[in-house]
Amino acid sequence: MTYLRYELLRTVRNRRFFIISLAIPVLIYILIAAPNRHAHNLGDTKIPIKVYFMVSLAVFGSMNAVLGAGTRIAAERTTGWNRQLRLTPLSTRAYFATKVVTGYAVACATIALLYIVGAGFGVHLAAGDWLKMTGYLLVGLIPFAALGILLGHLVTADAVGPTVGGAGAFLAFLGGVWFPVGQSGVLHYVAQGLPSYWLVQASHVGLGGAGWPREGWLVILVWTFVCARLAMRAFQRDTGRA
Amino acid sequence: MSAASAGIELRGLKKTYRTSDGPIEAVRGIHLEIAPGQTVALLGPNGAGKSTTIDMMLGLTRPDAGTVTLFGRPPEDAVAAGAVGAMLQSGALMRDLTVRELLLQLASLYPHAEDVDETMKLAEIDGIANQRTQKLSGGQSQRVRFAMALLTNAELLVLDEPTVGMDVESRHAFWTTMRRLASGGRTVLFATHYLEEADEFADRVVLMAHGEVVADGTPNEIKSKVGSRTIRATLPDVPADELERLPGVSAVERRGSGVVLACSDSDAAIRAIVATYPGARNIEIGGGSLEAAFLELTA
Repeated sequence: MTYLRYELLRTVRNRRFFIISLAIPVLIYILIAAPNRHAHNLGDTKIPIKVYFMVSLAVFGSMNAVLGAGTRIAAERTTGWNRQLRLTPLSTRAYFATKVVTGYAVACATIALLYIVGAGFGVHLAAGDWLKMTGYLLVGLIPFAALGILLGHLVTADAVGPTVGGAGAFLAFLGGVWFPVGQSGVLHYVAQGLPSYWLVQASHVGLGGAGWPREGWLVILVWTFVCARLAMRAFQRDTGRA
Repeated sequence: MSAASAGIELRGLKKTYRTSDGPIEAVRGIHLEIAPGQTVALLGPNGAGKSTTIDMMLGLTRPDAGTVTLFGRPPEDAVAAGAVGAMLQSGALMRDLTVRELLLQLASLYPHAEDVDETMKLAEIDGIANQRTQKLSGGQSQRVRFAMALLTNAELLVLDEPTVGMDVESRHAFWTTMRRLASGGRTVLFATHYLEEADEFADRVVLMAHGEVVADGTPNEIKSKVGSRTIRATLPDVPADELERLPGVSAVERRGSGVVLACSDSDAAIRAIVATYPGARNIEIGGGSLEAAFLELTA
């Protein structure tokens, strides 16, 4: 579809967005992994640093990429471009689908780039594990796409950077992207209710994790449903269609 | 309502905005029927309710009361079918694409879109086809917006103050192009606060003030109603309705001890004023600008 093609082109040309979701995760990864490429026992877990941070940054980068849909929606609302789009035959569903697909395209690029750099540092996983991890990640990103659309309708372009960035950083922190969440305590329980926690678990397939138990699927499902419903509500309020 | 005769129908449209200064009744009950193929100017000063009316007509704003049908359909359906081309007043163009790319992206959404390169020539933006949209001047952006409306090849073109931000030359070129397009049987509705534009270009002028239609007719009819000259005078203690009955006077507004008279025949009016009110002082006759007269009356 021509429409989607130009949307992707726009995204690639938007340097700020592209750098934040693509270049920064890769750069952080290289800075952490390069000096520690022979460290094979992160925090006594027997996990090599280069693997741990490859998957962590894949989570962080792809999460931001998908949330970035919200940034673009807020910008289009603030400049009035969404009014113009609403006067075209582009359906609401197609509009959101384009935003989600674009977010996923950047997410996939981020993940692929990190895998390639990781492999360059000597990360070895079974082919099945690469695929399984990627599959879980892509499913785990769905609630973030809905959250991005929700935030994009709640705030203006001025505030969307800190809001989306803040939400992303907060969820990443509590979900255990930067360091593992403890196995007990309040934080542990809070974390298990967050989609970012399960996104991290998805990435830990690459560390020998088993994927999601039933509650993982449930949390992802509930977050997707709730964020999508709220996003729909925010969209209707924003466009004056009750 | 028969679908065959249906052009645009607005019935009892009302819209009130709630603001921190209390409610503002932007549109207070508008009835309007526009036959297919007509070119209609929605004329009125800022704040008359033109943009709100257009937003409701296009389905961008939900009316508090009343209905809109475009060619017998609700606006959303007409828009989804690609039957509406619109040029909105405000709003930046989407950034990070060139003018040509932006138009190609939009053209892909319409079932019978015009050729992009042809449209760019028509809107005189072929020279800036490869510039990024965020680098355009106000006038250039406005012409790109015009191209966006033309591109749709739609039955109905709605233009909200299309020439704002254009210089005299572009304005002229714009209307020349529009006249050519409208002769092809399209229905065109445009909002403007320039009486000249409405006069030169429209078959029909709908005059709006304070959220209501105050006059509706051919440009000539509207001009005679609005008055062609204004007389200002210091004239305390004379009720406005008394002045309104003077020959040649079409409307009166009192401003403190002064009055402003919009006149269809200012010569008759001035004789009558001098004869009837010897106390009138500081009499001025406005220089015959239709626009000035119109703005005086509806401000």
